[in-house]
Amino acid sequence: MIVDFFKEDKLLVFTLTEDVDQHTSEKIRRKMDNEIKRYIPRKVIFDFSNISFMDSAGIGMVLGRYKLTKMLDGELEIINVNKSMKKIFDMSGVSRIINILEEDKNEGVV
Amino acid sequence: MKGLYDNEMKLEFISKTSNEAFARITVAAFVSQLDPTIDELSDIKTAVSEAVTNSIIHGYEEEEGIIRVSARLFGNSIEIEISDNGKGIGNIEEARKPLYTSKPNLERSGMGFTIMESFMDDVKVESALGLGTKITMRKRIGGEKQEEITLEGA
Repeated sequence: MIVDFFKEDKLLVFTLTEDVDQHTSEKIRRKMDNEIKRYIPRKVIFDFSNISFMDSAGIGMVLGRYKLTKMLDGELEIINVNKSMKKIFDMSGVSRIINILEEDKNEGVV
Repeated sequence: MKGLYDNEMKLEFISKTSNEAFARITVAAFVSQLDPTIDELSDIKTAVSEAVTNSIIHGYEEEEGIIRVSARLFGNSIEIEISDNGKGIGNIEEARKPLYTSKPNLERSGMGFTIMESFMDDVKVESALGLGTKITMRKRIGGEKQEEITLEGA
């Protein structure tokens, strides 16, 4: 996972670099939590552009970080998800509470 | 094996989460013979990953056990069977409900079965307490495109 923090905007960007499943998500979650607590970002972005696979472990990964970010008065956004990831986020209701932008679709950016 | 199916493969591995990727990628490589679309492959990989994860964290509760995956091709369909000799599911109906999880502490979402059901055409669950669980899933490749599934409905 690549972590970028943009100080002026207090923007924390997580670019995932390995497929998300039960095996990888535990390590990723721990790392993300540490970074969020360290920077107290105003906004956290999950960028999925570098990976092609996520199973339901991704739901807990996103929701857990959403709660933490919100508790610290920040917001969270997900970008560059593929069709299958979008389906999982839609099914689980994640897309009703978190702004999700699909690959190659930039309309609707707030 | 002869004559029943066009092709068949079997895998056996230890219940380690590091094998999840191995299982789904192997099944995806096997089904490639049917020339699936990227979306169909992705659906199959996700369903396999969910079933294998269930065996590891619920069936064996992260202790060591054997997971068996077999896949069969017939016509333009694939049938995948994933089984364990773990503790079994007491109430299958409850386990299949969306958002039901017995492991919220692991940040499990309870969407595993719902995802399998949505991504595959048919999912059968057989389980016996103390003996294990067997999931059998089927999907037709090149069939009608599935509608996008959303909770929002229309």
